[in-house]
Amino acid sequence: MKPTSKALLVLEDGSAFEGRAVGEGTSFGEVVFNTSMTGYQEILTDPSYRGQIVVMTLPHIGNYGVHSSVAESSRPWVEGFVAHQFTARPSSHGSEEGLVAYLRRHRLPAIDGVDTRAIVRRVRERGALRGVLTSERSEVDPLVAELQEFPIMAGRALVDEVTCTESFELEPEDREADFHLAVYDFGVKSNILRSLVERGARVTVLPARTPWKKCLDLGVDGVLLSNGPGDPEPLEEVVENVRGLVSSGVPLFGICLGHQLLGLAVGGQTFKLKFGHHGGNQPVKDLATGRILITSQNHGFAVDPDSLPGHCRVSQLNLNDGTVEAFAVDNRPVLSAQYHPEAAPGPHDAAELFDSFLQRVVERVAR
Amino acid sequence: MPKRTDLDSILIVGSGPIVIGQACEFDYSGTQACRVLRREGYRVVLVNSNPATIMTDPEFSDATYVEPLVPEIVEKIIEKERPDAILPTVGGQTGINLTLALHEAGILERYGVELLGAGIDALQLGEDRQLFKEAMQGVGLQVPSSGYVGSESEAREIASRIGFPLIIRPSFTLGGEGGGTVFNRDELDDMVATALDASPTRRVLLEESVLGWKEFELEVIRDRLDNTIVICSVENVDAMGVHTGDSITVAPQQTLSDREYQAMRNDAFTVIRRVGVATGGSNIQFAVNPHTGQRVVIEMNPRVSRSSALASKATGFPIAKIAALLAVGYTLDEIPNDITGETYAAFEPSLDYTVVKIPRWAFEKFPQTAPVLGTSMKSVGEVMAIGTTFREALMKGLASLELDGSIAAREQRMSDPVRLRRRLATPNWERLFAVFAALRQGWTVDEVAATSHIDPWFLREIQTIVELETELACWDLASLPGELLRQAKECGLTDSRIASLVQATDAGVKNRRAEVGIERTFKRVDTCAAEFPALTPYLYSTFGAEDESDVDERPKVMILGSGPNRIGQGIEFDYCCVHAAYALAEAGYETIMVNCNPETVSTDYDTSDRLYFEPLTLEHVLGVFEKERPEGVIVQLGGQTPLKLARGLAAAGVPIWGTSPEAIDLAEDRKRFGALLAAEGIRQPENGTAVTVTEGIQVARKIGFPVLVRPSYVLGGRAMAICYEESKLERYMRDAAEVSPGQPILLDRFLDDATEVDLDLLADGETAVVAGILQHIEEAGIHSGDSAAVLPPQRVGDEALDQMRQIARRLALRLGVVGLMNVQFAIHQGEVYVLEVNPRASRTVPFIAKAVGIPLVKLAAKVMAGQSLVDLGFTAEPVAPGVFVKAPVFPFRRFTGVDPVLGPEMKSTGEVMGSSPHFGNAFAKSWVAAGHKLPLGGTAFVSVHDTDKEALLPVAGRLAEVGFELTATSGTADFLTSRGLAVRRINKVHEGRPHIVDHLINREIDLVVNTPLGRESREDDAFIRQTALKYDIPCITTLSGAMAAVEGIAAWKSQELEVVSLQEWHGGA
Repeated sequence: MKPTSKALLVLEDGSAFEGRAVGEGTSFGEVVFNTSMTGYQEILTDPSYRGQIVVMTLPHIGNYGVHSSVAESSRPWVEGFVAHQFTARPSSHGSEEGLVAYLRRHRLPAIDGVDTRAIVRRVRERGALRGVLTSERSEVDPLVAELQEFPIMAGRALVDEVTCTESFELEPEDREADFHLAVYDFGVKSNILRSLVERGARVTVLPARTPWKKCLDLGVDGVLLSNGPGDPEPLEEVVENVRGLVSSGVPLFGICLGHQLLGLAVGGQTFKLKFGHHGGNQPVKDLATGRILITSQNHGFAVDPDSLPGHCRVSQLNLNDGTVEAFAVDNRPVLSAQYHPEAAPGPHDAAELFDSFLQRVVERVAR
Repeated sequence: MPKRTDLDSILIVGSGPIVIGQACEFDYSGTQACRVLRREGYRVVLVNSNPATIMTDPEFSDATYVEPLVPEIVEKIIEKERPDAILPTVGGQTGINLTLALHEAGILERYGVELLGAGIDALQLGEDRQLFKEAMQGVGLQVPSSGYVGSESEAREIASRIGFPLIIRPSFTLGGEGGGTVFNRDELDDMVATALDASPTRRVLLEESVLGWKEFELEVIRDRLDNTIVICSVENVDAMGVHTGDSITVAPQQTLSDREYQAMRNDAFTVIRRVGVATGGSNIQFAVNPHTGQRVVIEMNPRVSRSSALASKATGFPIAKIAALLAVGYTLDEIPNDITGETYAAFEPSLDYTVVKIPRWAFEKFPQTAPVLGTSMKSVGEVMAIGTTFREALMKGLASLELDGSIAAREQRMSDPVRLRRRLATPNWERLFAVFAALRQGWTVDEVAATSHIDPWFLREIQTIVELETELACWDLASLPGELLRQAKECGLTDSRIASLVQATDAGVKNRRAEVGIERTFKRVDTCAAEFPALTPYLYSTFGAEDESDVDERPKVMILGSGPNRIGQGIEFDYCCVHAAYALAEAGYETIMVNCNPETVSTDYDTSDRLYFEPLTLEHVLGVFEKERPEGVIVQLGGQTPLKLARGLAAAGVPIWGTSPEAIDLAEDRKRFGALLAAEGIRQPENGTAVTVTEGIQVARKIGFPVLVRPSYVLGGRAMAICYEESKLERYMRDAAEVSPGQPILLDRFLDDATEVDLDLLADGETAVVAGILQHIEEAGIHSGDSAAVLPPQRVGDEALDQMRQIARRLALRLGVVGLMNVQFAIHQGEVYVLEVNPRASRTVPFIAKAVGIPLVKLAAKVMAGQSLVDLGFTAEPVAPGVFVKAPVFPFRRFTGVDPVLGPEMKSTGEVMGSSPHFGNAFAKSWVAAGHKLPLGGTAFVSVHDTDKEALLPVAGRLAEVGFELTATSGTADFLTSRGLAVRRINKVHEGRPHIVDHLINREIDLVVNTPLGRESREDDAFIRQTALKYDIPCITTLSGAMAAVEGIAAWKSQELEVVSLQEWHGGA
C-alpha cells in the first residue's frame, strides 16, 4: 500500500473524520448525503450542489470513470466530495478519464477511507450540518470555530453564482423547431435543456434575473424555471418575475428550485428540510391517479402546503415524509415538480412531465 | 385500496424437495407468503411434499398437505378444500410447472380456481424461449439472434446469418445434452449432427453466443396499478456462459454508468409489462457487451426465485412477502416498510454496503463428471457476505464457504502455468482461486481479464488484496504497523489468514488488534442507506468508526446456523435453528441468529429478534458473542458447522447450551466411545483404526471382510466405502493417505444384509424420551440420508425395537445429553448393533416431528434453556397416526456420466414424505413425490448380482402378480425360470443386438431392478442404470427398495388415494 496524504472532514458539531486525501484543498459547505447508486458525475456537475459538500452513501464511487458527454454543466459544482472508496482506474467502454484524475484536475477537495454511514447517521439525526473538508489543515478545534462563522444554508442566495451571464439559444439538430421556449437558468442541468430540445423546442436560456417582460418579449410559447442551489426565499426579485409570468398566462414549468419559486410567487412559503432529499429512490404519489413515481431528487427546501393560497392545489406528495412534490394553480397553465423529471442521474419515471408541459405549450401555440 | 375481500381461501404451492437449482429459498418465500396471507385473514391451504421445511409446519397454514406435487394429487386437494385462488409464484419452477399442468388438465377451470400473481400467458411466456424472444422483439428489445433448424444445411444458413461462435441447443434433451458452443464450420456440422440425433424431435436451436459478455440481473416488482420498482441490481463476476446460480455475484451492480443502468431499468419494466406479470416479483437477466455497451435480454422468471431471495437478504426488502400482499390486491404504497417503520414498500432500496454471493459445489461427490461450469446449474448451496467494500465482502464470503484447507493450498495446486491458464479460461468452481494465483504470480489484470472475461474492476480489487497480502508477508506480528493491520481487516482478511502471513497464531493477531484498537463494528441493513432509522436489528460486521448494534440487557441466547447448503447438511438444520428461535422467543429470551446462507428462513430478519449475517468461523462468531454477551449459545442444531466451533467457543469461555462439547467429543471419539459401549454391554460392529496401509489390512483381517472404511470426522459419509476384499482396501488406504496423510481411517465390520434403523430422542439429563424410530427401506450400506425410510418400522420385531429404545435412553443419560440425540442401529441376524451416536439434531428430526405431530426442536430448545421434559409434558414416545415414508431425491441428472448407484457416501440433495394409513400407499406417494414415475404395469427388467438371486424371487413373484411381464438377462432369467416364473430373455450389451440398452431406449421397459456388486459397479450395469436415468425409466438398485416399490404399485392400483392434511393427521391446527 502506498502512503497517502491525510484529509479531514470536520462538522460544526465538532465531530471529525480522518481519511485519505483524494483531491487536495480546503472547502467549507453544508454537508449533505446522496443515496444514488449510480451517477456520481452528474451529481458532481449539478449546479444545485453549489455550497454543499456531498457524501455518497454507496461505498464504491468512480467504477465506470467519467465522460465529457455525461456532465450536467461545464464544471463540477460540489464544494467537496466524500465516499468510502474512490476507484482510481475505471472499467468501462464509456470512460474518458478516471474519477480521481478528474477530481484532481478540477482541484476538488475529496476524501475517502471514512465511515460514510457514520457521517450520514449524524446528518440524519442533527440535520444538515456545516462542514469543512481539508487536506491542508489538521487541527480540529480552529476549524470548528471557523464553521460557526460560516453562513448556514437557510437564507443563502446562490443562484447568481451559477447562472449564465448572457442568454444563449439551443435548436434541435435534425429538424425545424416546433415552438420556442425560455428557460430561466438558476443553475440549469444540461439534461433539462436536452429534454426540451429533443422534443422539438428552440430554447433560449436566460440569466436568472432577466425581467419577466423581457422574457415574454421574445415571443416564447412557454417558460421553464430551472433547478438551482440555495434558499429560494432571499430571491425576492426573481419571485417578482415569476409572479409576472404566472399572471401573464404563459405555460410555466418549475423544476426543483423553480417549483419553490412558483410556490413563493403564488403567495406560499418555503421551509428548510432537516437534511433534504438527495437520491434516486424518492417515491412520489400522484393524488389524482394514485400511482407512484420513483424520482430523482436534490433539494434542501420545500413548499409549505399550508401556506398555499386557495387557488392552489397540492397534486403530488412525497410518500415517505408527505412533503409537497407538485401543485397546480387554478386556471393557470402552471406545472411544478419538486423532483427532477430530467433524471440524470436517476430513474426516468417522470420524464413524461416534459411531454405534459409541451402539450400545454402546443395547445397555446394552436390558439 | 385495500386487499380483496372476494377471496376466502388460497392454495399455495411449495417447491417440493431440495434439488440443485431449487433449494430452501423457496421455503423462505413460501413461509413468508403463508404467514402474511394468513395474517390477512385468508384461509391458507398449502401443498408441499418436503417435510423438512418451515412452511409445512402446521401453524403456518390452515391446512397443510405434505403430498406429492403432481396434478392427480393436487386435484384431490382442490376438490376437497375448494380454494378460491392459487398462488403459483412462490414455489419455484415446480410451482409454475404444476400450475401449468393443472391448467392444461382443465382442473383450475373445473373448480373455478383463480390464478394470482401471474396468468397462464405470463407463465408460458416465461417458459418458452422462442415465444419469449419473439415477444421481446415485438416491444423493440434486443435478444441474442437465433433460429430453429432441422438439418445441417439449415444450420449452415443460420450460421452465416448470425456468425460464430454459436450456441447449439437441441430441443427436449436433458441438461443441455448434445449441445455446446461451436467456433467454426467444421465444428458446426459435427455438433449439429450430434444434436439432431440427440433431440427426439430432431429440432435444434442455434443461438448467437454472448459468451464473455457481462451479465446482470434486476429484481423487479409490480403492483396492480402498474407501479413498478427495482428492488436490487446484481452483477455477475463470472461473465455470460456460466449459469447465474453458479456465478459469483455482486449487489449492487458495480460497472454500469447511470445512463446504462437506467436504460436497463427501463427495459426491465418493458419486459415485465410485456410478459404480463400482473402483480409480484420477476427476475430479468441481461447481457451487456463490455466493448460497446450493447444490451440484450436473456430471460425472465415471472415468479420469486433464488435471485429474489438473495435480493431480499441483500437489501432487507422482503420480496416474497410483498409479492403475496400485492397478489391479493394491495399496492406498494399501502404496504409499510418493516425496517424503517415510517416509509412504504414503494421505493427502491439503496445500499451503503456491498454484497457478494459465492456458490458452494459438491463435485467431490461425483468424481466421474468434469468439474466445469456452464449453462446448467451445478451448485448445491451458496453463501452471502456483506461488507462495506467488494474486497471485504468477497473475503468474508470465502470465509463463509467452510472449504477444507486454506486458500493458499488451493492456489498452490494451480501453480503450473498451463493448468492455471486452463483454470482461468474454462469456467470451473475453483476459478476464483486461479484468479488469486495468477495475480500473485504476476499476471496483469488485463491478461487475467482477457483469459477469464472477468471485468477488470473486480480483478483490480482482488489485485489490491493480493498486494496487501504480499506486503503483510514482509512483516512479523510484533513489528506489523497498525495501519497495515487495519487495511488487512478492512479487506476482509481473517485473523487466521493474517496469522499465516505474519507467522503468528490467530490469538496473537487478535491480541495485536486489540492493542492497536482495531475492533469489529456492526452496521445495519436498512434498505435506505441510513436515510431513515432502522428498527430491525439486521446486522453485519465491518471495520468502521461507529457501531450500531445497540445491544440491550435482556436475557438472550445465540443460535448458530448451518451455513451453506451442501449434500449432507441442508435445510433440515435450518429448520432446527428456526424452531429454536421460535421456541426460545416463546420462553422469553431475546434470540440472536448467526448465519450466512441467504436461501434460508433463519436469515429472514423476522425469524429471530436479532440477525447477524456473518460467516460461521470462530473469529466472526466470537465477534458477535463479545458484542452481545448472551447467556448461552446453541451449537447442536446447525449440523457440523457450529459443532466444529464448539470446542473453540468453549475454550474462549462461551457458555454452550445443551449437551456439553465433551460429551459430543466422547461420542465422536471412536476409541473412548467404543470403550463406553463395551462397558455398557452394548454391541457394535467390530472395528479398528488405522493410519497406514499395513495397519489397515491387519485390522481388516482381524475383524473380517467386508469392511466399511471412512476418515474420522466426516460429513454425509464423505469418502466412505465398503471394501469386500483386500485389494480394494489397499487402494482405499493408499488414496486416503495421499489426501490427508497421518489422519486415522476408521474400519468397521460391514454387516451385510442388515436392516438399519434411525432413532431420535430427547433428553434433559434426567429423562430420555424416544421421539421416533425410522426403519431404512434400503439395506445396510446405503448412507442413511440416501435410504428411503419408514415410520413406524414395518419389519422390525417388537423385541428389537424395545432393545433399541433401552440402549438409546441409556446412552443419552450416560452421555449427559441435553437436547436431541440420534442413534443409528443395525439389526443383523436378529442382533441389535449400535452403528453411530450423534448427540445433536439429526437430519431426520423435521421428518419425525411432522410424522408424530410434535415440535421436537422447540422442546429440545426449551430443554437446553433449562426446562425439564416433565415440565414440558413430553414423557412418552409419541405414536404416529399413520405410516410415513421418507424418500430421498438425487441430483444424478445434473452430472452427466455419473452412475446413479447408492452407497455409503451420501448423494441426495433433498427428501419428500409420503403418508397414508397403509405402507404401500405411503411408499407410492413418496416415490411419486420424489419425481419418479410409478409404472402401474408393463415390462419389468430384473438383473441382480448372484448373491441377490434368492432374495429376488419374492420381488419377481410380486411383480408378476401385480401384472408386469418379466424380462432378464441370461443368468437371472435362467434362475427365475428354474423357480417357475415366466421370464423373457434379453441380450446383455455384449451379446448382440437388440440388447437391453436398445430396449430401454425404445421405451420397451417400464421398470428396472438392478443391483450392483459392492462398490465397483460393473460397466454393463452402470450403462443400464445410466440409460434408464437418461430416459426417465424408474430404476431401483436395492431389493428391499424394489419390494417396497412393488407394494406401492399394488397399493396405488387397488386403492383410492386419499389426501390427508397434517392438521387432520394430528387433530387440529
